[in-house]
Amino acid sequence: MTGTLDRPRTAAPELPTPRGPLSGAVVAALRGDPVPAVDTADADPYGDDLQLALHCCYELHYRGFAGVDDDREWDPAVLGLRRQLEQVFLAALRADVEPGDDVAAEVESLLVEPVGPGVRGVSHHLQRDGTLGQLREYVAHRSIYHLKEADPQAWVIPRLSGPAKAGLVTVEHDEYGSGRPERMHSTLFAEMMVEIGLSDAYGAYVEQAPGATLAEVNLMTLCGLHRGLRGASVGQFAMVELTSSPGSERLVKAMRRLGCGPAAIRFYDEHVEADAVHEQVVRRSVLDPLLAAEPELAADVVFGIRASSLLAERMGEHLLGCWERGTTSLRTTPTGSAG
Amino acid sequence: MVERRLARPEPTRIVLTEEGPALVSGPVELELPDGSRVRSDRAVTAVCHCRRSKRYPICDASHRRKVRQEGREA
Ligand code: FES
Ligand SMILES: [Fe+2]
Ligand SMILES: [Fe+2]
Repeated sequence: MTGTLDRPRTAAPELPTPRGPLSGAVVAALRGDPVPAVDTADADPYGDDLQLALHCCYELHYRGFAGVDDDREWDPAVLGLRRQLEQVFLAALRADVEPGDDVAAEVESLLVEPVGPGVRGVSHHLQRDGTLGQLREYVAHRSIYHLKEADPQAWVIPRLSGPAKAGLVTVEHDEYGSGRPERMHSTLFAEMMVEIGLSDAYGAYVEQAPGATLAEVNLMTLCGLHRGLRGASVGQFAMVELTSSPGSERLVKAMRRLGCGPAAIRFYDEHVEADAVHEQVVRRSVLDPLLAAEPELAADVVFGIRASSLLAERMGEHLLGCWERGTTSLRTTPTGSAG
Repeated sequence: MVERRLARPEPTRIVLTEEGPALVSGPVELELPDGSRVRSDRAVTAVCHCRRSKRYPICDASHRRKVRQEGREA
């Protein structure tokens, strides 16, 4: 991790180290090297290699990479690879997620809050007895998304129309600080990272993020970039907004218990209140008008909710499993590659 | 230039939800019984109506139904 600490927050990140043939092919394509043919037949759809490969393809649409030409974003060779990877990922999610089209019931189930000592969850663990080291790991994992918070969902705006579009933009506007850049959620997140001793450089923890972490964010971008998945994008967005407030409260308590400073507490503290409102706006001003206008999207909204829940559970299990075994949940950086 | 109209302003719309907060548009200032004031600059503010919020008068989703799960942990 040496070097990343001094990188300015806005600089494009370095290309990560490949984790197998798929990410190897994407990184080669981005470097302008000859691209080997890839075979996705045996690829693990949620694994390190495929998810890092997809992450690299998608990052071209956000901040790009240092030394990689911006034009690679629309390079047919890269887009072709991306398509192959997306198909494997999406097919796995479609197979692993039980189909349904009752959005109201799905929303109801997300609004029931499990409490008590039997609840297994990362924020529950951190609130009860997590260590500062585990909290820092959690924030490092979450940085892959939160340093570009709300960006993946912004892709869906032009795919909506009328009231659902206005409702979604109301929430996005709040995520972007309602016109005050110092209140932007990604900025609050970066300040939290610095306060607890992490690097806030964009992409600083990609190298250490396992497939389970990258997959959650890749789903957001996948649904955002495909008009055909706009229902799933809204479902994914709803899942986050509906479940975040109580989890944020637990993280505020964790940070207080662990003696974190005010800039660290502020990010989750803001989300307790913000997401209590966002939940209401998403239900009344996004989901309701969207389904009134395009009722055929119901199954995809449910798919978006369930797919993002599935990936959030996989990531949570990864973290808790590692911590129960007494190991780190981050990948250990390959020597000499992180400069 | 848009013609200026001297019509009466639109009334403030407050949406009362079934399960929880009242939703108020625009920046609001809430005055509590003790005279203290709470300000919210959000586009929409959720005002707690169930009285269970730990951030009363702002809703913190404490109105949600809770299901207790007993310990599988030590
Ligand atoms: S109405 Fe939401 S906490 Fe009271
Ligand atoms: Fe946010
Ligand atoms: Fe939010």
